[in-house]
Amino acid sequence: MLLSIKNLHASIEGKQILKGINLDIQPGEVHAIMGPNGSGKSTLASVLAGREEYEVTEGSVEFDGKNMLELSPEDRSREGLFLAFQYPVEIPGVSTTNFIKTAVNEKRKYHGQEPMDAVAFLKLMKQKIELVEIDKSLLSRSINEGFSGGEKKRNEIFQMAMLEPKLAILDETDSGLDIDALRIVAKGVNKLRNSERGIIVITHYQRLLDYLQPDFVHVLVNGRIVKSGTKALALELEEKGYDFIKDEISLTAAL
Amino acid sequence: MDPINISYFGEKFNRLQLANPDNLLNSIRKEGFKTFNESGLPGTKNEEWKYTRISNLFHKEYHLTEDELKSEINISDVNAVRLPGSENATELVFANGKFIPELSTIRSSDNELVILPLEEAAKGVFKELIHEHLDKSSLFIKDGIHALNTSFIYGGVFIYVNKNKVLDNPVYLYHISDARENHTLSQPRSLVFVDESAKLQVVETYSTIGSMDSFTNEVIEIIVDTNAIVEYYKIQNDSITASQVGTTHIRQIGKSFVHALTISLNGGMIRNNTDIIMEAAGNEAHMYGLYLLKGHTHVDNHTLVDNTKPNCFSNELYKGIIDEQATGVFSGKIFVRPDAQKTNAYQSNKNILLSDDATVNTKPQLEIFADDVKCSHGCTVGQLDEEAMYYLRTRGISKEHAQSMLLEAFAADIVGQIKPEPLRIYVEEMISERLSVN
Repeated sequence: MLLSIKNLHASIEGKQILKGINLDIQPGEVHAIMGPNGSGKSTLASVLAGREEYEVTEGSVEFDGKNMLELSPEDRSREGLFLAFQYPVEIPGVSTTNFIKTAVNEKRKYHGQEPMDAVAFLKLMKQKIELVEIDKSLLSRSINEGFSGGEKKRNEIFQMAMLEPKLAILDETDSGLDIDALRIVAKGVNKLRNSERGIIVITHYQRLLDYLQPDFVHVLVNGRIVKSGTKALALELEEKGYDFIKDEISLTAAL
Repeated sequence: MDPINISYFGEKFNRLQLANPDNLLNSIRKEGFKTFNESGLPGTKNEEWKYTRISNLFHKEYHLTEDELKSEINISDVNAVRLPGSENATELVFANGKFIPELSTIRSSDNELVILPLEEAAKGVFKELIHEHLDKSSLFIKDGIHALNTSFIYGGVFIYVNKNKVLDNPVYLYHISDARENHTLSQPRSLVFVDESAKLQVVETYSTIGSMDSFTNEVIEIIVDTNAIVEYYKIQNDSITASQVGTTHIRQIGKSFVHALTISLNGGMIRNNTDIIMEAAGNEAHMYGLYLLKGHTHVDNHTLVDNTKPNCFSNELYKGIIDEQATGVFSGKIFVRPDAQKTNAYQSNKNILLSDDATVNTKPQLEIFADDVKCSHGCTVGQLDEEAMYYLRTRGISKEHAQSMLLEAFAADIVGQIKPEPLRIYVEEMISERLSVN
């Protein structure tokens, strides 16, 4: 098992957002998490990445055999977790290349490896630049500074390629992208799929899933996964909207 | 202030006046001492000194060399303070506030650059120039500490850059205080005149030898004539026993360009007055400051841009990172006089506090008496950007490393304004070392 979430409850400023999430992910699987605004999708991503504002009040998360909730955000990353942000931060004055090099080498250090030398690093960069089709001029600039929405998302996928995570969470990576940008980003993600790597795709819409073809689709409503299925579920949601799920839940509750 | 100190300075003053009779200098000193006698040291009731109490620093006996140029400082002391790029620089050494020609090296020809002891210059061909410009700063700064420097003008330096001479070699001023035996008061005084269409880069740095206290009370006046360019860099990285009041008084008397930068990394109590007086239409000035403070270091940057003529442009950016129990003060005054229409004046002060005990006081002051002007000011005091910290950490970068990356980035746009490359690299490395994680 790559990731095992059991009965996860989390709150922010005393407000309960996650109310008992259960989710298991095996290596190589792509899971989509869908759901209406405010259902807790991004909170789930933040809690998994270790954002300190969120308090886990109940439940457990096991990542590759380790108790993930005990790890700092940096250690989660070094253990192989990657979060592609919905709104990547602009950091003026910090060069993207230096930043990624630092990230790569801190991970190597954590695993007892020597830092990568300049030549090897540039070679790796070049290879990944081609893989995810990112304009390399972006990488000499400050992190995300003045990047368009599409460029920011592409930079996230590029970082994912460089860090080679075991599990990647894509938090609404499709939001704010036009059709062309979406296609390029999705293509990048598809190239990063392999039999070892798990991927969680958080999205509102079917269109990214058309490209990614997830193995499983989960619907999150009010802090709980209320329905899980195959990619057919996403199509059904697209067609009927979230209301049909809500109706189903209230029906179940009434029974 | 202690009356004992007043009489101590009185005796010294009288001796200096008798030992060095020069009509011009005697009368300037006399005026200075009169002001000092009347106003004493500025106290915290003085609005301009509200956050910086220097009077406490005078509750001890300082050794002041008023009328002799001798000191124990030798060439190996100078070697210890040389800055990168010195091999191409004119290096002027001040020992306990006095210019020491024997320890100094001039690396420009004398038809480009003239360096003279101030007393000598006041007698020769530059007499008129000195008469016209020396101590104009007293018209702007009326406090007792500036007057104390003026009371003891002796052993200063005169720096003159000839018309149309664009100096490739910067001028480095090394201020060395010998505090091995006594608490030492150093009062360097410099007058710099950059003539029409000339260019000069000036760099000042400070160093205290010994474990007693040093107090440097400096005044440097820089006069910039038409089409001239002046770059001024002050680098403060002295020991915590070294306190300082330094006034850099720049007057742009013709349409000219000034680029001034102050970096404060270490010291006791430091007050920098950086004044730019726009005396001609179309002047342009850029002022930058970076203070990176820890321990109990106190750094107070007071700036003044005084627009007296139309069409002047000034831009000012001061940034501070304040840790432990350190204190930062910023006060930025912009005057726009009635004739100074079409003034563009911008000012910004940004601070990051890294500890609960760190303090910053920031105060913009705009006084505008013309109606067609563009002025803006802003100040921020905050912590590190939490979002950015989180982002970096989710990429596997430790909290400490993420913090140092963000702080270096914060400082980078100031350091990037240091134009002489060896100096910029030197400061970058110092800052990087200071901010790095072990």
